Amino acid sequence: MGMHVARYWREIPERYRMEAGKCKKCGTIHFPARLICPGCQGREFATVRLSGKGELATFTIIRVAPTGFGDLTPYAVGIVKMDEGIHVMAQIVDCNPEELKIGDRVVSQFRRINQEGKTGMIIYGYKFVPDLGL
Amino acid sequence: MIGIVGYGSHIPRYRIRVEEIAKVWGADAPSYKKGLGLNEKSVPAPDEDCATLAVNASRNALRRANIDPKQIGAVYVGSESHPYAVKPTGTIVSEALGACPFVHTADLEFACKAGTEGMFIALHLVKSAVVQYALAVGADTSQGAPGDALEFSAAAGAAAFIMGSKNLAAELLDTHCYMTDTPDFWRREHAYYPEHGGRFTGKPAYEKHLFSATAGMLEKAKLKPEDISYVIFHQPNGKFPVNAAQKLGFKEPQYKLGLLCPTLGNTYSGSSPMGLAATLDAAEPDRLILLVSYGSGAGSDAFVFRTTKKLLEIRDLAPKTRKQLDEHKQYIEYGTYAKFRRKILRPE
Amino acid sequence: MNEVAVIGVGMTKWGELWEKSLRDISVEAALKCLDDAGVDKVDSITVGTMSGGLFNAQEHLGSLVADYLGQRFVPATRVESACASGGLAVKTAYMEVASGLSQYALAVGVEKMTDVDGGDATFALATASDYDYEGFHGITFPGLYALMAVTHMKKYGTSLEQLAQVSVKNHHNGSMNPHAQFPCPVTLDQVMTSTMVADPLRLLHCSPITDGAAAVLLAPVAVAKKMNKPYAVITGIGHASDTIALCQRKDFAKLEVVEVAVQRALKMAEKTIRDINFAEVHDCFSIAEIIVMEALGVVESGQGGPATMNGLTALDGGFPINPSGGLKSKGHPVGATGVAQVVEAVNQLRGQAGPRQIKNARTALTQNMGGSGASCVIHILEAR
Repeated sequence: MGMHVARYWREIPERYRMEAGKCKKCGTIHFPARLICPGCQGREFATVRLSGKGELATFTIIRVAPTGFGDLTPYAVGIVKMDEGIHVMAQIVDCNPEELKIGDRVVSQFRRINQEGKTGMIIYGYKFVPDLGL
Repeated sequence: MIGIVGYGSHIPRYRIRVEEIAKVWGADAPSYKKGLGLNEKSVPAPDEDCATLAVNASRNALRRANIDPKQIGAVYVGSESHPYAVKPTGTIVSEALGACPFVHTADLEFACKAGTEGMFIALHLVKSAVVQYALAVGADTSQGAPGDALEFSAAAGAAAFIMGSKNLAAELLDTHCYMTDTPDFWRREHAYYPEHGGRFTGKPAYEKHLFSATAGMLEKAKLKPEDISYVIFHQPNGKFPVNAAQKLGFKEPQYKLGLLCPTLGNTYSGSSPMGLAATLDAAEPDRLILLVSYGSGAGSDAFVFRTTKKLLEIRDLAPKTRKQLDEHKQYIEYGTYAKFRRKILRPE
Repeated sequence: MNEVAVIGVGMTKWGELWEKSLRDISVEAALKCLDDAGVDKVDSITVGTMSGGLFNAQEHLGSLVADYLGQRFVPATRVESACASGGLAVKTAYMEVASGLSQYALAVGVEKMTDVDGGDATFALATASDYDYEGFHGITFPGLYALMAVTHMKKYGTSLEQLAQVSVKNHHNGSMNPHAQFPCPVTLDQVMTSTMVADPLRLLHCSPITDGAAAVLLAPVAVAKKMNKPYAVITGIGHASDTIALCQRKDFAKLEVVEVAVQRALKMAEKTIRDINFAEVHDCFSIAEIIVMEALGVVESGQGGPATMNGLTALDGGFPINPSGGLKSKGHPVGATGVAQVVEAVNQLRGQAGPRQIKNARTALTQNMGGSGASCVIHILEAR
């Protein structure tokens, strides 16, 4: 079972650029974007690009990985509270997962998420890395 | 006037020392270190590739350029490790930056020179006023065959340059190119690792093209080595560029800033472009920079830039190259390296 | 609306049932249930299965089960709510009887998970998450619950020992359950030193991959009365949904979906949580049982760990939880779990739970949950 091209391509604005929807009525940001705002039931949204900066709200270290993620094990997956106030789930990489702490500042980075075997599509998306203040 | 409006680089976090690789193959580490002028190299994580490095370097360039990505009219990605044999890396980079859809893109390949190839095209495209801004990236996650000399140096990194005609951080004075058909290093389509001509890669290849391009560039621009404050040559190891500099009349203070190879390795299409990025991070304004690349096959692109005061305003806006190179390194041993570089694979 | 009674229950042994197919175990459980009720012909069948498609390349399970159960032309439905599919099947059967559309409504929960390899099973389970925004990033179900555990431990000081005690207690109960996949006790030390799966959850904090089926037969109370044997009445149902993605919930240390569902169930049954004698809850991972008992109102927020350690939820405690052994010891054939919870509740209420019998079991609560807490179906049952 793989990720077929259309399904992957459709999510490019979210996966490549972290584009979210901001409700024009109440200002709530939704990631991914929605057709109707669950808060105020508004139906008009503006596209906003998340800054990519946030702090680690919670995380775990995956030691038994699903198919396709084995080469990265053990890897951290966490929920990041973005500076915009919303939460996003993603891997935290370029670090020793055991040294991560809740509250660490992180920043998003474009990385390879998966691939469909040796000859199939390569799937790109966002992951987070510790914000080293470089 | 045309030149560099923004620049950026990206280096993976992982490193492997020469000793680690030498240990596995029974090679004498001290003599390799001395002979190659190399101590350690960067290693891309399994989730990094030419496209991810290119995007991250380009985003840093965009931070310094401070322009709307939609104004970028052309994107050129040079690499010898494009993720797909057929499907452009350029469109991935363009989408990730937000430059689509009114953008021209092309993927380039010319061994280690593909990055500066893109820079040449980007600069002259801006000069012709066909586009307002053009992005050129050199990005590689190249491979060295297990046990081969190249395994000690084949590394990963990227540098990106946004070229424009106003608010320049570095103005272009002129360019010069020198190409011949010289088969010193190549990779056939379905081969996993490249092959090379051993000692043939020295004099008839690297030296001949780099030296001719340098001489030709200086003559064209009516300059002498003493006029150049900073020189960056292609760096396949720590020895070649230093020997070249000495033979061509340049001294250590001139090539110091741009010499990254001893702790970075050979980042192929990223090699001299990253040296340029590191130089721009620390150069004084109103100084001349000479950049000469080398790509096997073979050829060299030469550029002379003059730094401006604007450079000082923009260089703190994104991570500096030396900082990425020297800080927060994560060392790995050969087994992890082999896994990361897919030299050993799980069965599908 | 008719009052609805459970007049028959049945389940197969749960485990890796190599010799039995999806239809074999569905029919086996259903037949045991019909025999228990003494009923030959049903008026409707609802099958609860998370994914016949991904585990068995078989959809259309309503018709498959009706056909092989020998109930030709009976209306049959397959319902799905990830791991709450079983509870949802019971609710659907309830609606058939309450509305008068069916006299005898059969609910069968089934999952046959071992016909695919481990990687494919993990993938199938991951589709209960927000696949494009959670599974896509390489999170697993142990990972999702680990995120909750990390938050709960940080917020309330819940300890690894308290998490482990949930497994110890459930295995103690399950060791007396002949249908359980792992009918054996485990020690705290065994749990605490088992392989780490997703920090801090270890192998023995996690429910297993299981084949199994369970079935219950519902009928109007008026019909149950005539049968002259103990039965149970479903007096309350609470059903709620919440955000599919964990990161969009308000508090990762809470299961709000359970809080909402239990309020609805208690209101319908005209009861408070103090009136409930015991519960079968969804301990897919030990942390789930701890958070659920807080959400049900059995203890205050953050007190689930200490209460478990103090024996509140043991078989002889003040509020026994998972007398069957729970998902941990009994197993978790996804779609079957919710139905098996009702099977255990009914056996307890009838006084037929053998060595696991809870004293004075009069009112039971079953709590079945889907995904990381995106759906919850709660039933309240009373002995008659």
